[in-house]
Amino acid sequence: MSETYTTIIGLEVHVQLATDSKLFCGCSTRFGAEPNTQTCPVCIGMPGTLPVMNRRAFELALRTAVALDCEIPAFTKWDRKQYYYPDLPKNYQISQYDLPMSQHGHLDIRDPKGAFATKRVRILRAHLEEDAGKSLHDEVAGKGDSLIDLNRTGTPLLEIVTEPDLRSPLEAKTFLSELKLLLTYIGVSDCNMQEGSLRVDANINLHIPASSTDPPRPGCPSDQGKHTIATPIVEIKNMNSFRAVERALEYEAGRLWHEWQETHRKLGEVPKLTRGWDDVAGVTRGQRSKEESSDYRYFPDPDLAPVTVSPAEVELVRGSLGELPAALRARLQDGFALSSYDADVLINQGQAVVVYFLEVAESAGDAKAAANWVTQDVLRVLKETNTTLDSLGLPAARLAELIRQIKLGDVPGPRAREVFQAMIERRVDVAAALESLGIAAVDESELIALASKLLAANPKTISDVRAGKAQAVGALIGQAKKQNPNIDPTRFREICLQLIETAL
Amino acid sequence: MPFFEQSAAEHLRNLETGEVSSVDLTRSYLDRIAALDARVGAFLRVDSEGALRQAAEVDAKRAQRRPVGPLGGLPVAVKDILCERGQPTTCASRILENFRPPYDATVISRLRAADAVLIGRTNLDEFAMGGSTESSAFQVTRNPWDLERTPGGSSGGSAAAVAAGFAPLAIGTDTGGSIRQPAGLCGVVGMKPTYGRVSRYGVVAYASSLDQVGPFGQSVEDVAMLLEAIAGHDPRDATSLNEPVPAYTKEVGLPLANLRVGWVREHFGQGLDADVEAAVRAALGVYESLGATLHEISLPHAKYAVATYYVIAPSEASSNLARYDGVHFGHRTNEKEMLAELAADRKQLETACDRQGLDRLDSALVRMYRRSRSEGFGPEVKRRIMLGTYALSAGYYDAYYLKALKVRRLIRQDFDRAFGQVDLIAGPITPAPAIKIGELAGDPLAMYLLDIYTVSANLAGLPGLCLPCGRSAAGLPIGLQLLAPPLAEARLLRGARMYEQATTWNTTHPEL
Amino acid sequence: MSLSRVEVEKVALLSRLRLSDAELDTITADLAKIVGYVDQLAEVSTEGVEPMAHAIEITNVFRDDSSSESLPREEALANAPHHDTRGYLVPAVLGE
Ligand SMILES: [Mg+2]
Ligand SMILES: [Zn+2]
Repeated sequence: MSETYTTIIGLEVHVQLATDSKLFCGCSTRFGAEPNTQTCPVCIGMPGTLPVMNRRAFELALRTAVALDCEIPAFTKWDRKQYYYPDLPKNYQISQYDLPMSQHGHLDIRDPKGAFATKRVRILRAHLEEDAGKSLHDEVAGKGDSLIDLNRTGTPLLEIVTEPDLRSPLEAKTFLSELKLLLTYIGVSDCNMQEGSLRVDANINLHIPASSTDPPRPGCPSDQGKHTIATPIVEIKNMNSFRAVERALEYEAGRLWHEWQETHRKLGEVPKLTRGWDDVAGVTRGQRSKEESSDYRYFPDPDLAPVTVSPAEVELVRGSLGELPAALRARLQDGFALSSYDADVLINQGQAVVVYFLEVAESAGDAKAAANWVTQDVLRVLKETNTTLDSLGLPAARLAELIRQIKLGDVPGPRAREVFQAMIERRVDVAAALESLGIAAVDESELIALASKLLAANPKTISDVRAGKAQAVGALIGQAKKQNPNIDPTRFREICLQLIETAL
Repeated sequence: MPFFEQSAAEHLRNLETGEVSSVDLTRSYLDRIAALDARVGAFLRVDSEGALRQAAEVDAKRAQRRPVGPLGGLPVAVKDILCERGQPTTCASRILENFRPPYDATVISRLRAADAVLIGRTNLDEFAMGGSTESSAFQVTRNPWDLERTPGGSSGGSAAAVAAGFAPLAIGTDTGGSIRQPAGLCGVVGMKPTYGRVSRYGVVAYASSLDQVGPFGQSVEDVAMLLEAIAGHDPRDATSLNEPVPAYTKEVGLPLANLRVGWVREHFGQGLDADVEAAVRAALGVYESLGATLHEISLPHAKYAVATYYVIAPSEASSNLARYDGVHFGHRTNEKEMLAELAADRKQLETACDRQGLDRLDSALVRMYRRSRSEGFGPEVKRRIMLGTYALSAGYYDAYYLKALKVRRLIRQDFDRAFGQVDLIAGPITPAPAIKIGELAGDPLAMYLLDIYTVSANLAGLPGLCLPCGRSAAGLPIGLQLLAPPLAEARLLRGARMYEQATTWNTTHPEL
Repeated sequence: MSLSRVEVEKVALLSRLRLSDAELDTITADLAKIVGYVDQLAEVSTEGVEPMAHAIEITNVFRDDSSSESLPREEALANAPHHDTRGYLVPAVLGE
């Protein structure tokens, strides 16, 4: 079927910016509070109140726009988008219309499995706006009333709109994952879809080769270049995960194809439709659209001053971003030979963990071991103890030292995790940890002496080995461990076999 | 001289010397209101108990020699459009009849901090939309000089209160002349500061890019005193100017040397009442006699000011007033009746098999909005909401709203050019003295055209002041308007004071 | 420019006003008169003139991102015409 049409997808993503307070007032943006406990006269839109813009929200929006390689105009202003809805207490949303704070950026996406070629998705615009509240119907079901909760009202959002550059549901999903990676990496949002910090609407239609219906007539200039026919655009809402986005788009592409075959209706012949995704049923359903809802009567908000941004400020922001995930991923894979999986696990943890990893890897001289220790052990401890790297008490240099000493045999491999644990618990270096655990490195001569002594006392072992039963040495390892718990069993085994062989 | 003819400055001197207590002064005003406001209708509510309590607190401070604010114990009347915590703030509208804000407007906080005594809330045109105070949902306010006439508006209650001697000082708001015009028509002094000079936080918005709070008093000195107490930067208002506030009270008495007074050619055209023209020309003569030079200037776009204003103000108003929908505050329609009405409408359409009508039928929510708003707003407010919605709607935005914003800049540029040549502009405040109550009912456009001399200052953001400069043949006050460049309030006050000292218009009072 | 009654009805819906037939008549006539007057703006040459949306043109006004006390819920809901102590109640918004 993919040969019969091309799927054209554009996304509209609303991202909650990681501020402490709302966009225009001091109310907290914390998730999960009791309804209407995080509101004030300003975000209730009470008569006489005025909005004052949160500097941090603007900075985070700017940071995102620069990370998406957007153009940042020197002048941006705030507009009122007017529509009546009970979760929008002023009955207008403060947003941006004709002069958004950023436009014309891009984000590159790639598929590790190679399902599509690495491609550039253009960003049409990204603008700052306030969120609305919530209408809850279920909780008061039967009463015919809806309950309005304004806790969310006024939460800062960045609306990111892509060009219709995506060509498959998988590309759409990949774009979202890459966007989330970027946004969490630069610390502008937690992108938590369950808590509504990231919301996606998708626009989809099909381009159908003209040849499959009415091919361009030869010699007719107006038909030349018109090789495709576009179907009407549908906007899909209510998708609660990236997987849901992918499924909804897959479903809708198929539905549009069927509809095309039945109706042959083209773009422009019917108004844009909105459909909601039902995740349980796995279908999209038509939503009622109000005929007058499109007249938003945007006009500049007289309560808010415009913002100017100089090229120097933009460069300052660019400089503060550091290496972005795409570049970093390439470096981790190419320069440190990490798998794409390991690279993503690290990058997903954010900048601090990546910097930590790089320090450990470079200092230990073993990227693979560094990746293992950081992705498995360090992240586990962070998660278990709910702490950050800063307060973990294990500087990168110490972890690197541990890795080096394991390699040198100074730390017995089987006890390395114990040492690691002790280093964190006692906040000490490798040597101190070893000492506290009573682990002393056992040198080669000590091992040889112990092996000779035990072999002498166990002649049966020698004869068994000579008879071809090398595993008989195992019994000696057990005895050796009792005498000295720090021995490296692998090395001890090698020495025993060597001694038996040379004694021949 | 009876107490109510004394200026605020004189009262303050007496309070400071202990000649009078704030409680006595406040009680005198309260008694006068109780005796006479039934005839004027200046106040929507008088807070006797609260006022006397505040007055007693100021007296106690003085007695204990604790610091007392600059308005120490002076009664101030406040237009019922500034939010006062826990007190009704109605904007003279049914829709806010029961609204009690959980917070104070910044101006209210500043008045409290200055130890003013908040004596009561004055009447206004509903949501400050009007020039006669007739559109108040609750009562008519009469002009103390002629009870058959309006006091002007929209701050008609505040102007009438000062003119009638119900309060030495009052607060108003001015979106298109709503302080200056009633001041002129009631024979008191009123001032609109530079846009952004006084915080708008807590002032219920009519047209946000034009609204400004300002003082009323019996003299220029009193107005300077009240302005000084309320002006200044407010971090809660992003449009408030972060500029220092000069000591207006100290400066107001200093005459301006080499003053250049401009008079606008376009202000003296047809439609200007002969008495008004004569009084204003005489006032220009007074300036000349005080050593000022007179200069004829032109504001070529002035004639478009009313058209520009009646696009921008209603557009902003249509948006600002969208929040009154009966959900979070304010009036909500009777839901049972609403649902019954909706069911009846549906039945009728079904019987008529009117599919289109059924498709277009309001949802319960939309009907709730529409009924609540239509019950809550009066005709003038509805008219302006409709006008503004129309000017902003698809297909008309460029021709009306955007065009008006461009003409607005041309109006501002005219002033910038003019203030290159003169220090102050002087002229009439209204084409004629106060109209009779009901005189222009049913002719909104004629009413709008009376704003011809005032709206330009709001569009350009300039400070303006109106003070009495004469009486018509019928004995009605005539006002002189003075305009200055942005932030030149001190110059404006000094220029006004020069004139006031050379004349006696502010020493006569209406008989009640 | 003349305003039709149908247009005025559309504006009334956008404004969320419900006007009686008599009110619609009056307001159609009033608006036509006012809009007719306002139409004189068309004669002003505004080529190259920047629109002026604010009376005083200042830029970059911000507050710090610090959270402050919200209203107690009781106080937030005190002015609501219809609430259930947890939130504002409105006729069902389903399907809107
Ligand atoms: Mg949006
Ligand atoms: Zn708030």
